Amino acid sequence: MASRVVMPKLSDTMEEGRILRWIKKEGDPVETGQALAEVETDKATVEMEAYTNGIVRKLVAAEGQFVKVGEQIAVIGTADEDISGLLPAPADPAPVAAAAPRELPAVPADLAAAGRHLKASPLAMRMAAESGVDLKGLRGTGPQGRIIKRDIESALATDAPQAPSGGSAVAPQRSRSLATVTARDAAPESQDIELSPVRRTIAKRLVQSKGPIPHFYLTIDVAMDRVWEAYKALGEQKSSISINDVVIRATALALRQHPDINASFAGDHVTQFARVHIGMAVALDDGLITPVLRDADLKPLEEISAEARTLAERARARQLQPSEYSGATFSISNLGMMGIEEFSAIINPPEAAILAVGAVRQVPVAVDGQVMVGYRMKATLSVDHRVADGASGARFLQTLKRFLEQPLLMA
Amino acid sequence: MPLITYRDALNQALREELRRDPNVFLMGEEVGVYQGAYKVSKGLLQEFGERRIVDTPITEEGFTGVGIGAAMVGLRPVIEMMTWNFSLLAMDQIINGAAKMLYMSGGQFHIPIVVRGPGGAAHQLAAQHSQSIESWYAHVPGLKVVAPSTPYDAKGLLKSAIRDDDPVIFFEGETLYGSKGEVPAEDYTIPIGVADIKREGTDVTLVAWSKMVSVAMKAAETLAAEGISCEIVDPRSLRPFDDEPILASVRKTNRCVIVEEGWPYAGLGAQIAYQIQQTAFSDLDAPVTRVTGADVPMPYARNLEHMAMPSPARVVAAVREVLYLD
Repeated sequence: MASRVVMPKLSDTMEEGRILRWIKKEGDPVETGQALAEVETDKATVEMEAYTNGIVRKLVAAEGQFVKVGEQIAVIGTADEDISGLLPAPADPAPVAAAAPRELPAVPADLAAAGRHLKASPLAMRMAAESGVDLKGLRGTGPQGRIIKRDIESALATDAPQAPSGGSAVAPQRSRSLATVTARDAAPESQDIELSPVRRTIAKRLVQSKGPIPHFYLTIDVAMDRVWEAYKALGEQKSSISINDVVIRATALALRQHPDINASFAGDHVTQFARVHIGMAVALDDGLITPVLRDADLKPLEEISAEARTLAERARARQLQPSEYSGATFSISNLGMMGIEEFSAIINPPEAAILAVGAVRQVPVAVDGQVMVGYRMKATLSVDHRVADGASGARFLQTLKRFLEQPLLMA
Repeated sequence: MPLITYRDALNQALREELRRDPNVFLMGEEVGVYQGAYKVSKGLLQEFGERRIVDTPITEEGFTGVGIGAAMVGLRPVIEMMTWNFSLLAMDQIINGAAKMLYMSGGQFHIPIVVRGPGGAAHQLAAQHSQSIESWYAHVPGLKVVAPSTPYDAKGLLKSAIRDDDPVIFFEGETLYGSKGEVPAEDYTIPIGVADIKREGTDVTLVAWSKMVSVAMKAAETLAAEGISCEIVDPRSLRPFDDEPILASVRKTNRCVIVEEGWPYAGLGAQIAYQIQQTAFSDLDAPVTRVTGADVPMPYARNLEHMAMPSPARVVAAVREVLYLD
């Protein structure tokens, strides 16, 4: 009866051992108590013994390899029995992400660097990051000049410009900038920031996109008044449905009606996808990733909202499985919450299009010859010209606009 | 609702549980004929007799060990420590016996024992009889540790402790026995592992248990007159520890002061502060602060004893510090 040989615990502090030398080789007979290998432990080099009789059928660990206590190093059995069931499984190609640490809100890199030299309470740093207040320009009223909550609150209240805080007599400003220049002269010219794996992947994929794919761009301005009213009303009910959730639903329904946009260029033909899976771009500290909301056209708004939120959280916690960020048929990127009015996004291959959504703004609009106030949102569609033409893209956008301007059509 | 003393609340809990379950019995020094060193077991010998209310010699290790053995064969002992200071003699039984038996027996032996008694300082009991050592027991996996601050909490938690199948370490307080509070006449229990908000507020979170709750309350009243609103969270159970109400409070107030009677170094306050900064780091506007007993053996002299204990004034000063006032 064949059995696995595992790395034994040869001292009570031992966690892993290194096989220095196999004393018995594959094919050698071995008896209980005979030396099987020389193993280097944390304390010494010892000979490990075999605990069964038989033939050494397979050496699983190589000489020089570190093996954790309890992991398999060999198989001992009779000369001809089938040992395929005792061989270790091939190593998992995609190691499961370690449990995410408690999530701290992402502090922009320069703010975090500032925090290392400035004293600021964690709450003050978070408030500064969320509201865009420049910590470097603040004088803290806490002990040792610590910037604290009330300093951020007063900075926001006084409506001061982003430049270093008030009392700006010209002379002090000039000397401050002189000091800054001198300090900068002494500092290194630039800083090399290593590419994170995410950054590297983005760089590679988008060159593959922007290069070969002939992009064209169509922008439409959508009257979001009805959606905005509904969104505010839902907010009062403590719902967490967001504008982006509504955009996702409208886009999914529009794609159902325009299968020529829900497609992919496949060299000598165009593949039209039967289902609608929306990739939503989520910003990470060092890049972005697009988790996929599958069958978004079939899901009601609450479900889209809950799923979008979960996917975004898991994306930021780096817990997404590959199946969760692949398979999109169309992507949406929304920079509205960061105040961007409009922008053009780069298509994620193998998709044929991507929608870039801007902020909902309250603006003066002309309606029937009268100027009034309305809510407008710009959306820019990037399209792969090999798959669809301007007219197709425009028709899709018209449908999208119709859904967003008459939300009941989405019910 | 009836207004009764903490002592009577415990007495009621013991009486009700002794009536409810014939396996429950009380054992300790002076619990029977003397009616209890602090009269917590008053009248119980008369009602339940010598088999259920057992007077012991002065041998904490001995009678605690006997209790553990009794628990292993299906009885439900309540072991009284005249004060928790004397439990030092029984610690091997409590920790190596009671706490670990379930684990070491592979789940075969539950130890449904309650060890209860007053902890902390009273008045001039001096170095060996004034110790607050709940952190020593909270440190041990396999124990539950509870420290009620009010008669209501005391009765509900003692009943839960007696009904619990695992060892429960129950900290009372000599100066708490006479305190009064409302306690319902009907049967109720309070689950172990659930904290209680003793006072709602918005400006600072105070964490306090046992005798320190009243210290925190007095500080809160002084601060309220200055326009500062304190929220007081009483964990009630020190292990398992319910940190969610404290974290929710810190998210609201952005600052926390922990008030504990024990010594500061490696005390429970240090553990609670760790938990707060670990989870609510970005909600903190000031470091988590503690007001603790002084890091000295308790002095005998009355004025020094007063200086060595947390007081409302020291709590007020700590609150003002985390609010960056003066």
